[in-house]
Amino acid sequence: MISIAIIGGAGYIGGELLRLLLGHPEAEVVAVSSTRLAGRRVDGDHPNLRGRTPLTYVEPGAVPEVDVMFFTGSGLDDVDGRAELRQRAKIVFDLSSDLRLGDPELFRFHYGREHPTPELLGTATPGLPELHREQLRVAELVSVPGCMATAATLALMPLARAGLIEPAVTVDGRVGSSGSGASAGEMNLHAERSGVLRLFAPLNHRHQAEISAFTGLEVKMTATGVDAVRGVQAVARTTAKPGTTEAAIRAAYRKAYADEPFVRVVAQKRGNYRLPEPKILLGSNYCEVGFAFDPDSGQLLAVGALDNLVKGGAGNAVQSLNIRMGWAEDTGLTFTGLHPM
Amino acid sequence: MSVQACPECAADVTFAAEPEMNSILECGECMGELEVVSVEPLIIAVAPEVEEDWGE
Ligand SMILES: [Zn+2]
Repeated sequence: MISIAIIGGAGYIGGELLRLLLGHPEAEVVAVSSTRLAGRRVDGDHPNLRGRTPLTYVEPGAVPEVDVMFFTGSGLDDVDGRAELRQRAKIVFDLSSDLRLGDPELFRFHYGREHPTPELLGTATPGLPELHREQLRVAELVSVPGCMATAATLALMPLARAGLIEPAVTVDGRVGSSGSGASAGEMNLHAERSGVLRLFAPLNHRHQAEISAFTGLEVKMTATGVDAVRGVQAVARTTAKPGTTEAAIRAAYRKAYADEPFVRVVAQKRGNYRLPEPKILLGSNYCEVGFAFDPDSGQLLAVGALDNLVKGGAGNAVQSLNIRMGWAEDTGLTFTGLHPM
Repeated sequence: MSVQACPECAADVTFAAEPEMNSILECGECMGELEVVSVEPLIIAVAPEVEEDWGE
């Protein structure tokens, strides 16, 4: 058993981390912090966990020394407090965007501010097992990528690695409302959110920098909020290099993911779910990737889908933890999703 | 048990039982419908697409 603390447990990612770790046979969650809800029961805020835990939220300052600490939110406004907390854990998983980018200039462009601790950029191992499994086995600081970045990266990586596409790629990311967090705001009023197809980032969504770094491609990204609670679908438009065949594309995907426990290649000829769609993946740690190809024009569409809170966040973190600790990679992550739902 | 490559997507298609002439099976990867067009030697082909007729 290892001891675990979750810093910032009151949001949606915190709730999913708790759900997964309470069902994990090797992990014991000993502390969950929330500045806002300190003293309150965690199952008040996460009602799906009723009867699963007696834990109450504590102030971050009251979190004890642990083996593993998860940060769900940014620490950029309190870098000393964050550094002090990090000292209390042997291994840290950061699910915020603080350490995802390696370059201070890129950080300024995408986040509109100076990074207060630029010396930390580039020091974290990306929590993306499909690309960084070997580094994760020994990592002490892990930065879990953005949800749409994970979906798009896993969809594009086989094509990039096999050299089948031109570098210029546009990604159209679609995401449910839980992607924007649990904090209230006018934009999250039901009256304003229901029924939307909102292009909240028409150009240069910040996840494009992560996808570019992972794949080496020149990515431009748009993001749209859709009328769903959970789920991400990333549609990447690419151009195949001359002479590319459908067989070569399939072979590239098959080779990339033959041994991956949580990536499924879906490009089917029949059925209702021929290409990746998040609906059947909700609650599970699976990412589905697929493609559609027109050999005459060279148009090659790559598609990735996942649950933004699981494979796009908490599940990816737990999978990375399993790798780090040498446990079976699917420990605590075997839920297969629901159909119908 | 024998294994053949799907003519549509080249994935391995495994025959659990003795394949019979004209029997139909599905590829687990592309979900394409495949037909056994020869038993000796074993050959599978993409089954002819049966259009659904809604206009009777
Ligand atoms: Zn096939």
